[in-house]
Amino acid sequence: MLYLFYIFAFISVACAISVVASRSPVNSVISLILCFISIAGHYILLNAQFLAVVHIIVYTGAIMVLFLFVIMLLNLNKAIEPRKSLLGRVAAVAAAGIFMLTMLGAIKHGIQVAPGAEFNAGTGLVKSVGQSLFGPFLLPFEISSVLFLSAIIGAVMLGRKEASPRPLSGGEGQIQQTMP
Amino acid sequence: MKEIVTAIQVVPMEHYVVLSMILFSIGLAGALFRHNTIIILMCLELMFNSVNLLLTAFSAHHSDPGGQVFVFFIMLVAAAEVTVGLAILVMMKRNVDSIDINQLSRLKW
Repeated sequence: MLYLFYIFAFISVACAISVVASRSPVNSVISLILCFISIAGHYILLNAQFLAVVHIIVYTGAIMVLFLFVIMLLNLNKAIEPRKSLLGRVAAVAAAGIFMLTMLGAIKHGIQVAPGAEFNAGTGLVKSVGQSLFGPFLLPFEISSVLFLSAIIGAVMLGRKEASPRPLSGGEGQIQQTMP
Repeated sequence: MKEIVTAIQVVPMEHYVVLSMILFSIGLAGALFRHNTIIILMCLELMFNSVNLLLTAFSAHHSDPGGQVFVFFIMLVAAAEVTVGLAILVMMKRNVDSIDINQLSRLKW
């Protein structure tokens, strides 16, 4: 079974590098969708079936389609991005690489990953996760609906066109009235 | 089903830690050296997902469904964040006619 993990891990890392490195945003979105699908494969390997399905629906079905819509609506696919200086790129990659080495060193030498006490294979099934979600986590679940409502209102407020240009100087008694 | 259950016990925990560190670092590097705002948002999603993978792996190895509930909430927050972020990106494209992140450097002052 270990080879399945390696296949999924290779696909994830290769697609993640392709997201960062490709010039065209549409290619980045397609690579990111592939990366998410391979991560859903990891979830299935971990027997987290609820999360795998939710991950496919939410990320691949909703979020990435939203990205594609925005790219195509705004016609962003032209590679107009100016190249950053070599120093900036080397600095960014070196910072991320040093971060990774630090974390890996900490895990290798500092943190002991303790094995689980008693093993229950049905942890990630819908029944177990649902009982936890609607039991001890009921209040955060309800609060997250308020978060979604505020996100919807914020997106609508940000995305609408202003009907008329605001008067730049107020207080003169002259209020511009534009009839639609 | 039985093969999948054995997969949890066969794949060591350190493999998942290393994989999610690599994914997080790739996302971090992308967020640092790309100019395109939409690709920076995608790199944020990549970092979210590496953390989600790590939480799920720990949850499955410790047989605790609380970690997977946390992953669920992280997905909710990520969806809300992407909605508002893309709305800001549409505003930015409309106002300054560019999605270069350096156009917003005036926000520093």
